[in-house]
Amino acid sequence: MGKPMKIRAAVKDGMTEVKILMQHDMETGLRKDADGSLIPAWFITEVKAEYDGRVVLDAQFGQSISKNPYLMFSFKGGSAGEKVKISWVDNKGDSRSDEVTISA
Amino acid sequence: MNTNQIFKAVMVLALSGSLTAVAEEKAVTDSQRIEQYREMISDGNPAEFDEMRGEELWKTAGGPKNASLEKCDLGKGKGVVKGAYAEMPRYFKDTKKVQDLESRLLTCMTTLQGIPEEQITAKPFASDKKESDISSLTTYVVGQSKGMKMKVSTKHPKVKEAYEIGKRIFNYRAGPYDFACSTCHATSGVRIRMQDLPNMRSSKKDAQTAYTGWPAYRVSQGLTRSFQWRLNDCFRQQRFPEPKYASEATIALTTFLAVNANGAEYVGPGLKR
Ligand code: HEC
Repeated sequence: MGKPMKIRAAVKDGMTEVKILMQHDMETGLRKDADGSLIPAWFITEVKAEYDGRVVLDAQFGQSISKNPYLMFSFKGGSAGEKVKISWVDNKGDSRSDEVTISA
Repeated sequence: MNTNQIFKAVMVLALSGSLTAVAEEKAVTDSQRIEQYREMISDGNPAEFDEMRGEELWKTAGGPKNASLEKCDLGKGKGVVKGAYAEMPRYFKDTKKVQDLESRLLTCMTTLQGIPEEQITAKPFASDKKESDISSLTTYVVGQSKGMKMKVSTKHPKVKEAYEIGKRIFNYRAGPYDFACSTCHATSGVRIRMQDLPNMRSSKKDAQTAYTGWPAYRVSQGLTRSFQWRLNDCFRQQRFPEPKYASEATIALTTFLAVNANGAEYVGPGLKR
C-alpha cells in the first residue's frame, strides 16, 4: 500500500476546494542510478476524487509529474462535515485511498 | 552629422534604453515567478511528510538501548520540543558545549539510544535511495518552532565566543578561488543563475530570511534538507574541504547566522527550488 496523502478540503461560496499532497517517487523510467543502470518507471497513473458517491475528479497522471505531486482542484457543492475520498493507482498496481472531512 | 546619422544615433540610444528596460523587467519577473510558485505550493510542502517521519522516530523506541528520544533535552527541559529550535544553538551544561539542533540530536541519539556516533555521521544526509533519521528528526523539531520569533541568546560566554568564531569563518577567504562566504553573501541585489543571493553581512532582513526558511524541501532534489546540509553545500560551492558533520566550525557558523536572524519569525520547514 502506498504512503498516506495529506488532504485539505474547504467549502466556500458553494465550491469545495481540495488540496492534495501525495507521497510518491514518480520515477520517469529515464533516469540512471550511480552505476548507470536505468531506474525502472514507477509513477501514479490515475487520481480519483469521490464525493457523495460520485466521481468529481478523474485525472490521468504520467511520468512528467514531479515527485510527491501536489494537486489542487474545486468542485461545485459539498458542505462542512462531509467527506471527500481521494484514491490513486500507480503503474505497478500499488494504490492508496485517504479521506478528508470538508471544513467550513 | 546629417539627419540620417542623427536619426540612427537616436535610434541606437532608444534601442539600448529599451533593451536594458526589458532585461531588468525580466530579472524582476523571474524572482517574482519563483515567489509565486512558492506561494502556490506553500500549503502543500512535502517537508510535512518528513516532519511526520521525524515525529514517529522521536516517539519510537530504538537503538541498542531500545529507548525513544522523548527524554532528550533540547535546552528547554527533557522532551520539550515546542519552541526549542528558535533558541538554538545554545550552551548545554551536560556536554559543556555550544550545540546546534543537529549536534544535540546526535548527543541524544548516542547517549539515550546508544547508537554509535560514526553510524549516524557516516551518512547524515538523505539521498534518493536512503532516508536519514537525523535529518527527519531535525525536520520534526524545527516544525515545532514554526511561527515563533528567533531568540538565540548570546549571554553565555561560550555562545558569544562561537558567534565571534562564526563571524570570522564567514569572512575567511581561502581555497583555490580565494572565496569566503562573504564573497557570495555580502553584496545586495546579486544572483547566481536564478537564485537571489542574500546579503547576510549588512542586510538584517536578508540575514533573517536566509536563515529562517531552513531546513527546507528542495523541489529539485525531492528531499528535505537540514541546515547542516545547507552549510555543507555552500562550503562545496566555496571549494572548501567538506566540513565534518556537526563540527565545532559548522556550529560556530550556525550560531553567527542564527543570532543575526534574531527577532524574525521562524517559518520553516521551508520550500526551495
Ligand atoms: C560561490 C558562491 C557561494 C559561496 C562562497 C557561499 N554560498 Fe551560500 N549560497 C550560494 C547560492 C547560489 C545559494 C542559493 C542556493 C540555491 O538555491 O541553490 C546559497 C544559499 C545560502 C543560504 C540559504 C539562503 C536562502 O535564502 O535559502 C545560506 C544560509 C548560505 N548560502 C550560507 C552560506 C555560508 C555560511 C557560506 C560560507 C560557508 C556560503 N553560503 C558560501 C552561493 C554561495
